[in-house]
Amino acid sequence: MTQTFRLDKGGLINRDKKLSFKFNGKTYYGYEGDTLASALIANGVHLIGRSFKYHRPRGFFGAGVDEPYAIVQLYRNNETEPNIKATEQELFEGLEAKSVNCWPSVNFDIGAINNFLKIFLPSGFYYKTFMWPKSFWYRVYEPFIRKAAGLGVASTKHDKERYEHKYEYCDLLIAGSGPSGLASAYAAAKNGARVILAEDKPRFGGSLLTNDVNIGNQSGEDWANSIISELKKMPNVIVKNRSQVFGYYDHNMLVMSEKVSDHLPKTNKYHPKQRLWYIRAKEVLISSGSIERPIVFGNNDTPGVMLSSAAKEYLKIYGVLVGKNPLVFTNNDSGYETAIEFKKNGINPIVLDSRVSPKSEIINEAINLGVEIKFSYVVVAAKGYKKVSSADIAKISDDKKQLGEIKNIKCDCICVSGFWTPTIHLASQSGNKTRFKEEIDAFVPGVSKQNETTLGAANGVFTLEETLKNSFIAGYDLSKKITNNDNKISFPNVVEKKSSKHDKFWCVPLPKGKNYKRFLDFQNDVAVSDIEIALKEGYRSIEHVKRYTTLGMATDQGKTSNLNGLQLVSDIENKVVPAVGHTTFRPPYTPVSIGAIVGREVGKHSKPTRKSPMHSWHEKNNAVFVDAGVWLRPRYYKQGNETLFEASKREAKNVRTNVGVCDVTTLGKIDIKGPDAAELLNRVYTNAWLKLPVGKARYGVMLREDGIVMDDGTTTRISENHYHMTTTTAQAANVLSHLEYYLQLVWPELNVNVVSTTEQWAGAAIAGPKSRKLLEKLFPNNDVSNEGLPFMGYMESDLFGVKARIFRISFSGELAYEVNVESDNGNFMWEKIIELGQEFQVQPYGTEALSTLRIEMGHVAGSELDGRTIPYDTSLDGLVSKKKDFIGKRSLNRDAFTSKDRQKIVGVVPLDKKTSIPEGSHLVKDAKAPLPNKKLGHISASCWSVEHDNPFSLAILKDGKNMIGEKLFVMSPLKNKVIPVEIVSSHYVDPKGERVRS
Amino acid sequence: MLYIKCPYCGMRSQNEFSYGGDASIKRPELNKEISNEEWDNFVYNRKSLRGKHLELWQHLSGCRQWIKVERDTATHEIFNTYKADEEVSK
Repeated sequence: MTQTFRLDKGGLINRDKKLSFKFNGKTYYGYEGDTLASALIANGVHLIGRSFKYHRPRGFFGAGVDEPYAIVQLYRNNETEPNIKATEQELFEGLEAKSVNCWPSVNFDIGAINNFLKIFLPSGFYYKTFMWPKSFWYRVYEPFIRKAAGLGVASTKHDKERYEHKYEYCDLLIAGSGPSGLASAYAAAKNGARVILAEDKPRFGGSLLTNDVNIGNQSGEDWANSIISELKKMPNVIVKNRSQVFGYYDHNMLVMSEKVSDHLPKTNKYHPKQRLWYIRAKEVLISSGSIERPIVFGNNDTPGVMLSSAAKEYLKIYGVLVGKNPLVFTNNDSGYETAIEFKKNGINPIVLDSRVSPKSEIINEAINLGVEIKFSYVVVAAKGYKKVSSADIAKISDDKKQLGEIKNIKCDCICVSGFWTPTIHLASQSGNKTRFKEEIDAFVPGVSKQNETTLGAANGVFTLEETLKNSFIAGYDLSKKITNNDNKISFPNVVEKKSSKHDKFWCVPLPKGKNYKRFLDFQNDVAVSDIEIALKEGYRSIEHVKRYTTLGMATDQGKTSNLNGLQLVSDIENKVVPAVGHTTFRPPYTPVSIGAIVGREVGKHSKPTRKSPMHSWHEKNNAVFVDAGVWLRPRYYKQGNETLFEASKREAKNVRTNVGVCDVTTLGKIDIKGPDAAELLNRVYTNAWLKLPVGKARYGVMLREDGIVMDDGTTTRISENHYHMTTTTAQAANVLSHLEYYLQLVWPELNVNVVSTTEQWAGAAIAGPKSRKLLEKLFPNNDVSNEGLPFMGYMESDLFGVKARIFRISFSGELAYEVNVESDNGNFMWEKIIELGQEFQVQPYGTEALSTLRIEMGHVAGSELDGRTIPYDTSLDGLVSKKKDFIGKRSLNRDAFTSKDRQKIVGVVPLDKKTSIPEGSHLVKDAKAPLPNKKLGHISASCWSVEHDNPFSLAILKDGKNMIGEKLFVMSPLKNKVIPVEIVSSHYVDPKGERVRS
Repeated sequence: MLYIKCPYCGMRSQNEFSYGGDASIKRPELNKEISNEEWDNFVYNRKSLRGKHLELWQHLSGCRQWIKVERDTATHEIFNTYKADEEVSK
């Protein structure tokens, strides 16, 4: 099919570049500069989808963001995307799109039966009907509704496109490049301000591109182009098209979505598909314009009924006729502008004007051109199913209540203009309490809440001269305030046609005996009758009416429907519109893709990945890694076909019999310096710290103020006023903030400095009965005997020319050391340990073996210090000083914490010595007791004890102290397991702690 | 996203800070005998005001200083910010 609705000339498209595209499998042609919508209309395609609820045929209603109908499924470069507005999607070679919400096809749609059963689908239908029985909801109702009411299908594939985030600061952010945006941007930029000018469409200029005006002896379009090209050359200005400022947040933070590549067949290499801008602006100028309102009449959703401004835009920008036999239905002068454009292009429109006898320059021009005009006339109903074929029209009485004789006239489109609604979303999002402006029957921004100024049509000013004047002044004033410059530019001469006042009329009454559907919300199929039902059922608040009827809740967010909805509610309620109020405007103004919101933070990029200096060695030696906070740690080192269980058992066993080495770089490390360092530790930890000698380490436990254990670790006195604190991997950042809090806010008199050194030191734990022999090889010049370096001793040394710190501390319960070297030397240290450890059968061990070793020793870790336990619970109460005060001490004598049957850590062994106990299982007295079976405790950690060769678990058990030797049951409903167990001491290996001191 | 004036670093975005609760709470002195009620008020009881509120923030991804921020909890307006040891004007 050729482009039979394309004019021979005119428009801003590039006729030299013809593009082919497919819609519902059929190939069409358009031009570069078209949207999918303009190209389809040029080809005479008006049926694009089916409506949400009744599956009525849907065409095009607008020409931009306000479009409620023309939503398609887009196919681009082997990807698919739903919820694409055909009126916004720019045409590219090879574009493919399909209709949504219709099955089996847009022409023959089974769901359209809803249209004829519409008596069954009044407002609140889903609430009322699909209530009972409850079990039907998941199995019957929801799948059915979902299948019938979809608006496209999301891709299930991984999105290979790149999305970027960008942060930007500016003096003035200007949202919208129509007359007010251009004028204010120009005035501010010339006055030295840093300006960002954002336009959501591909072309700059807004209404200047379609209105017949003259600025400074240039057409509106030429003036816009000259301003834009000048702005683009200025170093203090960023000009962005295809960029929608969609949200206004706190403290003048605005977010803008830039569609960088959506208009291209495929994203260029190294380019993002979309870019999300976070803009912190000193001042915001909202020049978002206005959207034409529809007039409500019978079957006003028939394809071919559209906004008159959209018809004009298709003509002026795309050289496309929306019909060849148009009817224009208006209550103001805007409709005449559309009619004049038709007439100038050889088409004979008929204008129906609801007003009695309006007079203005524009109307005179239409009359002089010979346009047929009927005053006091309205469209009663559109006729035709898949496309308008005629219209029932009638004269209307001056009070707009009585219709005269109904006549049917032929037409192929109805262009409607019910006056203009300012786009106040951004102002409202900023916190501005909007006000109702009677003269234009719409809301405009009230007093500014943040640093925002609304200009032009968005502020309810519809004359060009006033708009430009206000905008030049605003741009100049606001920039002067920021830059202190005083460069004023001269105001251009403006020629525009004067308009007459619009008619408040917005809804055509139903003729006697007719029950036409008159739609308010075109995307969610909300009709006048639905609102009437909601009000009859007692809904009063506009917020409730909205939710009950779904008015304005579709993806277009009611851009064309909200005000008419409010009009209807206020008419029925006999209130004025401002008394009804409007629903809240929330960001985003237009849908934003999830990809743009997420940006680059996808998968592994959602958080930083920290690797120890020995990471590449681990990789080369078949380590299987596990996420430990933001760190990657070896979980086990796989040999042959080993499973996790087999490998961790082998590694743990080797520590108990020979010697193992574990990468402990991830442990938090905090360097503490100052004369009051000991005093700080004494207040932070529960045990005493004032008398720790230089060269000694001590284990400490710290609490929160509520008495709960926060963290544990060893701290070593390096020199008189210098300590090295270690924390658990998980709590490292919190402990540092905790120390800073007390030093800066609570005890600023303490002379201490703390700084994180986690990444400055690489750490290796060397554990096992042969660890001392290995250490002797590593440090041949040091006395590392039990006397030279006793348990909890510390020594500074030299590892073959590398500075090293040796701590004799143990997490595994074996004779063990921890060696730290500066991170750059980590790999050197590690390789030395492996090399010299060969003769002692050294093996690396991962976190799984590390856990096994600590669990069977009864050493607590994160699974016991889980934010719910106090020192007593974890058998750390021996470390709680009775003499001194410390953080959280006062909480420990609260009733619950001192009760006799307080929970305590215990060991758990299955009676059959075979069955593994799932972590998180509950301990109960009687496995057969009726539910809810009283929980006595829970399993915090489980392992296979390599010492005893049977399963062993730690548990936090009520009255654990008196439960040793008891027989209980472990229940895991998730794993469907009931295991008889015996409660034993949590110290399952070397209960006297002799090995660490050997 | 809030825009907070760090007394050391200047205007910085909220995502560099972490929230630290009510700044008017004073920790009881160490080694002082106090009632359960006093201790509870320190550890748990907060007024959760609607309106002007003096609160603590730490400039975590910045200078790491704990600062005081006078903020309206309903409108997010920030009236003033103070260093940890600075007197807060009433």
